[in-house]
Amino acid sequence: MSTIVGSGAPGGLVEVPGRGGWARPVIYAVLVVLALIWVVPVVWAVATSLKPDAETTVAPVEWFGSKLTLEAYRAALDQGNILKWYFNSLVTATVITAGTILTASMAAFAFSRMRFRGRDALQWMVLAGLIVPFQALIVPLFAEMDAFGLADTYWGIILPQLASPIAVLVFKRAFDALPRELEDSALVDGASMWRIYWHIWMPLSRATIAAVGIFTFVHAWNNFLWPFVVTSAGSLFTIPVGLATVQTSYGALYAQQMAIAVLGALPLLIAFVLFQRQIVQGIANTGLKG
Amino acid sequence: MSSAAGSVARARPREQTARRRSRDPRSSRLAVVFTGPFFVLFVLFLFWPVLSALWTSLYDDSLVGGSSWAGLGNYGELLEDPNFWAAMWHTAFFTLLSVPPLVLLPLGLALMVSRVRRLQWLFRLAFFAPFVLPVSVVVLVWNWLYQPGFGLINSYLTSLGFAEVNWLGQPGVAMVSAVIVTVWWTFGFNFVLYLAGLQEIPRELYEAAATDGATPGQQMRRITLPLLASTIVLVTVLQVIASLKIFDQIYLLQLGTPGPENSTRPAIQYIYEAGFTQYRIGYASAMSFVFFLAVVAVTLLSARLIRRVGTKTVVTE
Repeated sequence: MSTIVGSGAPGGLVEVPGRGGWARPVIYAVLVVLALIWVVPVVWAVATSLKPDAETTVAPVEWFGSKLTLEAYRAALDQGNILKWYFNSLVTATVITAGTILTASMAAFAFSRMRFRGRDALQWMVLAGLIVPFQALIVPLFAEMDAFGLADTYWGIILPQLASPIAVLVFKRAFDALPRELEDSALVDGASMWRIYWHIWMPLSRATIAAVGIFTFVHAWNNFLWPFVVTSAGSLFTIPVGLATVQTSYGALYAQQMAIAVLGALPLLIAFVLFQRQIVQGIANTGLKG
Repeated sequence: MSSAAGSVARARPREQTARRRSRDPRSSRLAVVFTGPFFVLFVLFLFWPVLSALWTSLYDDSLVGGSSWAGLGNYGELLEDPNFWAAMWHTAFFTLLSVPPLVLLPLGLALMVSRVRRLQWLFRLAFFAPFVLPVSVVVLVWNWLYQPGFGLINSYLTSLGFAEVNWLGQPGVAMVSAVIVTVWWTFGFNFVLYLAGLQEIPRELYEAAATDGATPGQQMRRITLPLLASTIVLVTVLQVIASLKIFDQIYLLQLGTPGPENSTRPAIQYIYEAGFTQYRIGYASAMSFVFFLAVVAVTLLSARLIRRVGTKTVVTE
């Protein structure tokens, strides 16, 4: 089976004792330098956001202004929009996540545990769905949502993001790995398939639910293209779409631009620091990519 | 894709109960209920748009009303539309530029990180964190870094005695700038896939090799790289497919313009413009369909490649 993580065994080369001792310090040095380069953009954004706006556009650059100020954050929050964007992102990403977990796990349960006519054909459809590039379909999809009267609505943002073939495959793989004896004994006890799905299979698949859930949530929260296409009313903007308007509407007020960028980044960064392990393992286990 | 193969013999009686269940009409009905929600969404929002693109591409449809049969007229037009082919080329060019660094850099770093014992979590945090940022945040920050004069990068370049670079406004450079942003942003994903692949290699192999006196360099060549080959192929394929779908970063970095001297606008952006700024749904659908076919073709080719390499990693077994 292809689950990768979980053994807890640290990977890596084993050095012959007494040899190759010079390598490790060099590796540490390279890694630290690269990690510093990697965080510079973020640190620079935070540093800029804490300056008075008038001091941002000076050359040569200064990392710190004459004083630390939250002025830019107050200005960014005073515009009020970002709170609305948070709310829209939270609502749509939550519904998309719950809906994806539910629909994908139910379909996967049927594939894994039931024989029925058309099963193979449906499984092939799921596989075919994997290769459909959603991004190439924005125009017909928008025309469809428009015809349904769903353009510029929450449902317009949510519905097209619900059908996730990769989530079905991930759930199916997890369900296939569960011992069938559980199901058989439950059947003998007269439990319905619903009960088996909801009370046995789903609780046993918590790790998979977490992986699919975290990934779907991050992806939905960060999705730019589709919400950008389907919403034109500012009141429906999600974080990525709303922030995309900042660059032009704020002009050269870089402290404010960076303040709002930091605010836009915060929720998922905090979540990432808290759930680092689960997120990283989820990716490793499933290879999900947006 | 099932772990059941090994237990076929044991499964015989169960197989029979399953068959009995399948004859039960209630079981079929139940399967419809379980698979129904997913497939309704699937058909409505993945399958139907593909058919609809094909159908609409045969009309001179417009979002603002009016529709007339065009036959293959839209396809004839796109064959001769230099902007369409320029856009297709920009997408291909972005893919060619972004795939090598996004395959090799994370590999190098993962190999290094797997060799250190301490601070692993810190490196993972630093390299992966950008991946969870929304694209608009990434672009806001990098647009600021790329500014002429007081932007961080140009400021350091000039203080070190180099000439300023017009990162976003110069043809030939603008695409490279978008690639740099993309590498910084998405690098962590491939990095994590490599780390997982490295963890899968049994530690005993290294211990045995070390006992036999193999140097770290030899272990790398004889154990690590061969056993990591399937992961490398997988990362490459996923990266090619992801890069072909480029739109967000370039569109936002260039403020929705075609870029300096029309040097960056990718395929999806041109389709977007035809559909949503010129309201030419028919023409946009024709381009969507051609682009769709191109991406599917590349995807299928790479899937074959994966199978040929005989990977046993994440996607297949």
